[in-house]
Amino acid sequence: MQTSGKIPVPPNRQSENSRWTACITRIRDSSDEAAFAELFEHFAPRIKGYLMKSGAGATLAEECAQDVMATLWQKAHLFDPSRASAATWIFTIARNRRIDALRKSRRPEPEEVYWGPQESPDQADILAMEEAAVELTRAIAALPAKQKTLIEAAYFNDLSHSEIADQTGLPLGTIKSRIRLALDRLRHAMK
Amino acid sequence: MTDNIRHHLTDGLLMAYSAGSLPEAFNLTVAAHLSMCDSCRARLGAFDSVGGALLNGGERAEMSAGSMEAALAAARQRPRPAAAPRPRGTLPAPLIDYIGGNLDAVRWRPVGMGVRQAILPTDGDATARLLHIPAGAAVPDHGHRGTELTLVLQGAFADSTSRFAKGDIEIAGEDLNHTPIAETGDDCICLAATDAPLRFRGWIPRIAQPFLKI
Ligand SMILES: [Zn+2]
Ligand SMILES: [Zn+2]
Repeated sequence: MQTSGKIPVPPNRQSENSRWTACITRIRDSSDEAAFAELFEHFAPRIKGYLMKSGAGATLAEECAQDVMATLWQKAHLFDPSRASAATWIFTIARNRRIDALRKSRRPEPEEVYWGPQESPDQADILAMEEAAVELTRAIAALPAKQKTLIEAAYFNDLSHSEIADQTGLPLGTIKSRIRLALDRLRHAMK
Repeated sequence: MTDNIRHHLTDGLLMAYSAGSLPEAFNLTVAAHLSMCDSCRARLGAFDSVGGALLNGGERAEMSAGSMEAALAAARQRPRPAAAPRPRGTLPAPLIDYIGGNLDAVRWRPVGMGVRQAILPTDGDATARLLHIPAGAAVPDHGHRGTELTLVLQGAFADSTSRFAKGDIEIAGEDLNHTPIAETGDDCICLAATDAPLRFRGWIPRIAQPFLKI
């Protein structure tokens, strides 16, 4: 599907985003099980879908999705909504779990994340981060299908660029330039 | 941390690190650079956001009945980790993790011409090693079968392409042959990751190669 211009984002997207942030805060502050259930309902099936696309069988994917959600509960106090949206933070947990489960290898993290969030993140920063997340979702939806497919393959299928080339039959140069185009578009949309 | 870094990670490496498709030795090198470089860390944030947006908009696979309760029960058993104290020392934290200490804990082995190395434990898809090159000394002339990432941790070196100082990362591919030479002054210490054996031009390093795992 070739699309151009802006695709309308459901008006509840941004409020959806702040709802997830609020849920994580409720887990952090009062071990709120209802908040956990709400996050689970939305994210667990998406994490399972992501892991299955990466090559995990349904059983392993289900097990890992549960584990990712348990990690979310455990690390709720380390979430910094001024630095990442809830979906982004959950993605990084799911990605690390995938590397651990499917590749049996470690994932070194940069120094900063050892420190945890700042005492009280600035409200304006949190809002800016949420707006950026909404913009990005819109920009990804608006990507030409060919670019979107390759970006998804790079993130979801655990493939290097040359493996994507093997699978799609596209020359490596084409893949690199399409991904670059997609990133340029995303960057442009975020400005 | 350092704003005079001049050689940074490429978009391709940052995206692959964010997506999680790099071998462990490359992840370590990228994480070490990110620990020293605010600008690449900010760029990584953007790539992680792409992952978040794709996850949020991705396909759902239904969870089985009772899975939420099971996850909650598991979660309740787990202690909340305290934010780890910042490891002290001159090296970036992820490296201290792999060495099990700072530079004084490294177990160096000589590889000839005064150069010493220490291989760090990572999965088999690529190799990570610390290199200690005495001031003024050279790493033998070599080419690359795959990709080589070299992050400078102390001192500086130069090759035909440029000069690399603390925090800089050199990304060498199959098209580059080089002879990195450490500057006079401080000895040069680097973290180097390779996903394929190097191709040495001279015969002495070539014979030594299988033993040194370069
Ligand atoms: Zn950088
Ligand atoms: Zn080299």
